[in-house]
Amino acid sequence: MTPARKLRGFFMAAIKTHDLTRSVGIVTPQTARFTAPLPLRSGAVLHGYELVYETYGTLNTDRSNAVLVCHALNASHHVAGIDAADSGNIGWWDNMIGPGKPLDTRRFFVIGVNNLGGCHGSTGPLSINPETGKPWGGDFPVVTVEDWVDAQARLADQLGITQFAAVMGGSLGAMQALAWAIRYPQRLRHSIVIACAPNLSAQNIAFNEVARQAILTDPDFHNGNYQSRQAVPKRGLRVARMVGHITYLSDDEMASKFGRQLKHGKPGYGFDTEFEIESYLRHQGNKFAEYFDANTYLRITKALDYFDPALDHGGSLAQALEVVTAGVLVISFTTDWRFSPERSREIVRALLDNRAQVTYAEIDAPHGHDAFLLDDARYHRLVAAYFERVHREIAP
Amino acid sequence: MTGLNSNQRPDFAAIAQWVKRDAHVLDLGCGDGTLLKYLQQARGVTGYGVEIDDGNVLECVKNGVHVIQSDLERGLAEFADNSFDYVVLSQTLQAMRNTERIVREMLRVGRTGIVTFPNFGYWKNRLQILRGRMPVSENLPFEWFNTPNIHLCTVADFEKFCGERGIRIVGRTVLTDGRAVNLLPNLLGELAVYQFGG
Repeated sequence: MTPARKLRGFFMAAIKTHDLTRSVGIVTPQTARFTAPLPLRSGAVLHGYELVYETYGTLNTDRSNAVLVCHALNASHHVAGIDAADSGNIGWWDNMIGPGKPLDTRRFFVIGVNNLGGCHGSTGPLSINPETGKPWGGDFPVVTVEDWVDAQARLADQLGITQFAAVMGGSLGAMQALAWAIRYPQRLRHSIVIACAPNLSAQNIAFNEVARQAILTDPDFHNGNYQSRQAVPKRGLRVARMVGHITYLSDDEMASKFGRQLKHGKPGYGFDTEFEIESYLRHQGNKFAEYFDANTYLRITKALDYFDPALDHGGSLAQALEVVTAGVLVISFTTDWRFSPERSREIVRALLDNRAQVTYAEIDAPHGHDAFLLDDARYHRLVAAYFERVHREIAP
Repeated sequence: MTGLNSNQRPDFAAIAQWVKRDAHVLDLGCGDGTLLKYLQQARGVTGYGVEIDDGNVLECVKNGVHVIQSDLERGLAEFADNSFDYVVLSQTLQAMRNTERIVREMLRVGRTGIVTFPNFGYWKNRLQILRGRMPVSENLPFEWFNTPNIHLCTVADFEKFCGERGIRIVGRTVLTDGRAVNLLPNLLGELAVYQFGG
């Protein structure tokens, strides 16, 4: 079979399992280059960088219908549709974004961007450091949620978008949506904050630290400069991902998906994969170690740990949110113990203290933190209704 | 819908006449947001609804009402002291497990509380009791076995409740078929609307 035919075959297979009538279709990422230095929260300065992004839908003439979708830990700019370079690669929030979907691309111009320090094409540890001519590796600076938002704002400048109809995200993506409302209050009409927390709890940070230690102590890590040694700290990445996955699912969801089921029906009294949950975690770990960069993982978990908008306001979240003028939709999920509804309520309370235009929904879903990525009818109906409202606001 | 139909929730019109322009209002158990939407349009108020039901939360979003999904039985922890001009609890008081607590919470977060409830002392209810049956009517549409109304009271009961707790009643309208009843309200009134302060 010729490569072209093979590729066509892949596409057809992907298309069969993907409802094309409600898909943005095949998408190709673009690259934006920035030459102005970007000062980072850590004090470091990034001299020049690139951001890889995708867009879906059409920007209207008054440029008022743009929606920025921010990604969480392991995702990327590929938010919806079929990746032109890999037909099996469907966007990570494809159930939310597309024609006729809650974020309807027939009405909105949607932008997905790979964050700075990422490993999906934007400038990050895998990129070449222009000062040394070698990959950044462990020398890439630690970036924060605020740094990402600043970089995204420059992308918006380049695309001629002065104000987003909405900035939206789940989990770490939601932290960016919230940071947008604080840092650039005039540049967004709405902030959609899903499965979020105003900062990480000690328990959250603890899980991140276990994940980081798994990577940092992997003999293949080489202080982050594994690339020049042709090594990949896969063992560390696997364990890091396994820890993460434990926190994404609720206890009930794990029980119903895997329970105490054994792969071979009876105990083997050894250390091979026996319980189904072990098999699941190993599978997720292996998959992740194949495509994700360890230095990026370290930095993203740090960005999570450092996020704390109240910190600059004497610990008062209400004061931090005083500047917010955007409408804010906060959504939490009842079984999410990583970022529990209580944490979302803290955000809601701080917004209420400021008489902000806040709407809060608590979705009774069994799936834990992962629920924000899943196709839940009540959740999706709510987001659709909210975007209907946004659409009415910006309609001429 | 831009206004309130006279045959739709007669207590809404009574509430609306008390609410001053541009006030900040909290509507507890706001349903689909009809009252708040009306108050926003007719009185220019700002504020929030609190609602527990998923379907109603969705309707509020569609109606352009800012809604906070929450269980009133948990109290109003999300809301700061004295943060509202009015706190409304329409047709929900009788379904609350902890009646006193919610009334206290209303007065903590707001300056003025407004409650509406079906008057159990209405003569038609009394008649049904005399006939040996639990009342079922337009305002009390449930059967005894499926009613959410666990704390029904009369106009006289509510006033005694307030009096014993130092809650000052500043306004009262008792309605039957949407019209104010001034004569023997505890007997002839179907729906009670009260305005009170601490």
